[in-house]
Amino acid sequence: MTEAALTKPGPFVPSRYRVVDRKTETFDITTLWLEPVDPPIDAFKAGQFNMLTAFGVGEIAISISSAPGAPGAIEHTVRDVGAVSHALSQSAVGDIVGVRGPFGTDWGLESLDGVDVVVVVGGVGLAPLRGAMRYLAEHKSPKRAVALRVGARLPDQIVFPDEIARWGEMGIDVAVTVDVADAGWTGNVGVVTQILAELPFDGAGAIALVCGPEIMMRFSARSLVDLGVAPENIRVSLERNMQCGIAMCGHCQLGPYLLCRDGPVVPYAPLAAELITESER
Amino acid sequence: MEEMSDLIAKNSLFAGLPDSTIELAVGCAQNVAFEPGARILVEGEPADTLYLLRRGRVALQVQRPSGKPLVIETIGPNSVLGWSWLVPPYRWQFDGVAIDPVGAVAIDGTCLRAKADADPVFGYALLKRISGVLLSRLQSTRVRLLDLYGHSLDD
Repeated sequence: MTEAALTKPGPFVPSRYRVVDRKTETFDITTLWLEPVDPPIDAFKAGQFNMLTAFGVGEIAISISSAPGAPGAIEHTVRDVGAVSHALSQSAVGDIVGVRGPFGTDWGLESLDGVDVVVVVGGVGLAPLRGAMRYLAEHKSPKRAVALRVGARLPDQIVFPDEIARWGEMGIDVAVTVDVADAGWTGNVGVVTQILAELPFDGAGAIALVCGPEIMMRFSARSLVDLGVAPENIRVSLERNMQCGIAMCGHCQLGPYLLCRDGPVVPYAPLAAELITESER
Repeated sequence: MEEMSDLIAKNSLFAGLPDSTIELAVGCAQNVAFEPGARILVEGEPADTLYLLRRGRVALQVQRPSGKPLVIETIGPNSVLGWSWLVPPYRWQFDGVAIDPVGAVAIDGTCLRAKADADPVFGYALLKRISGVLLSRLQSTRVRLLDLYGHSLDD
């Protein structure tokens, strides 16, 4: 055994990364920019996730919200819902966090050439799709139309609003809706499936990328099927209790899937359509 | 210039219905336009019109004690605005305010009800379509009651 092999950290040892910037996106969502202190993790693909450690608190799975291959720090967008995510959300510039990864399946950007793409997101669900959206916006093709449909509870809970507007200026067909709003809001008010109804292209042959709360994904997937999108062309991002990240511990099992390895991105058909209603173990 | 029957037939509520059915609605219809900010529906006022939106969006909103209205839904082109003319007490339940310049076909609700009463075939066809739209709105409202993006249900 070589010296390098002996000194290579095991799969459960996180690399230390420094928080070099942070931004409060909404009242409970924060984006952290991380740069390596130790040798960096491997290159990632859009849709994959890392296990982030708040030292002394714990480790959780967080989607990577920057684009693959982009220079500079890796971005992770964290929603403050528990002890670890709270600690990560509170990280200050200069703090050290742990990073293991990248893990799981991706959105398959290489399969999106020459096909129309509809991206449907709810709440913080745009974070795992942000890298894919940046790729689609920056790699425009006359053979591919792209539509983005965004749902949020309130206008001030829309994540990355400036970037969404910029994508619209770059030729993406963008529609945003909220559940309720003050009269000053001139956008749409209603459920995200309502703004799905008017796609700028035929759903047949299109590929759909869907990420958000699972109930929203269920309703969105059904609406997409009604619009002619083939169920096998709908990709959803499923999350369960990711722990080891390498399909050993079984905490993230969902039917035949170990989602840390076989997900988070899975085709809606044939399995996810049934599994998406199963609760966490 | 498009005929009124064509304008009505293009709306999702009437699309695909026989010409004879469309013609019955034509007799109750007129073209209307509203500037942004116009109150098309006024909460508590008599409800007597069904609007088939051709262009622009309308915000359904409710006045709050603070004075700042709350928007509960937006209705867009090719959709239908206003159901309270259909059943007693025929009063608008919410305000409907034009967000953009709005063009619509306004169908007199009393006229439409009278024709539906007099011609059950027409009335049944109309109510089946209306039921479909109302069911869709009800389902959307139920989904929003789930507070999908909030903390309560998905964490």
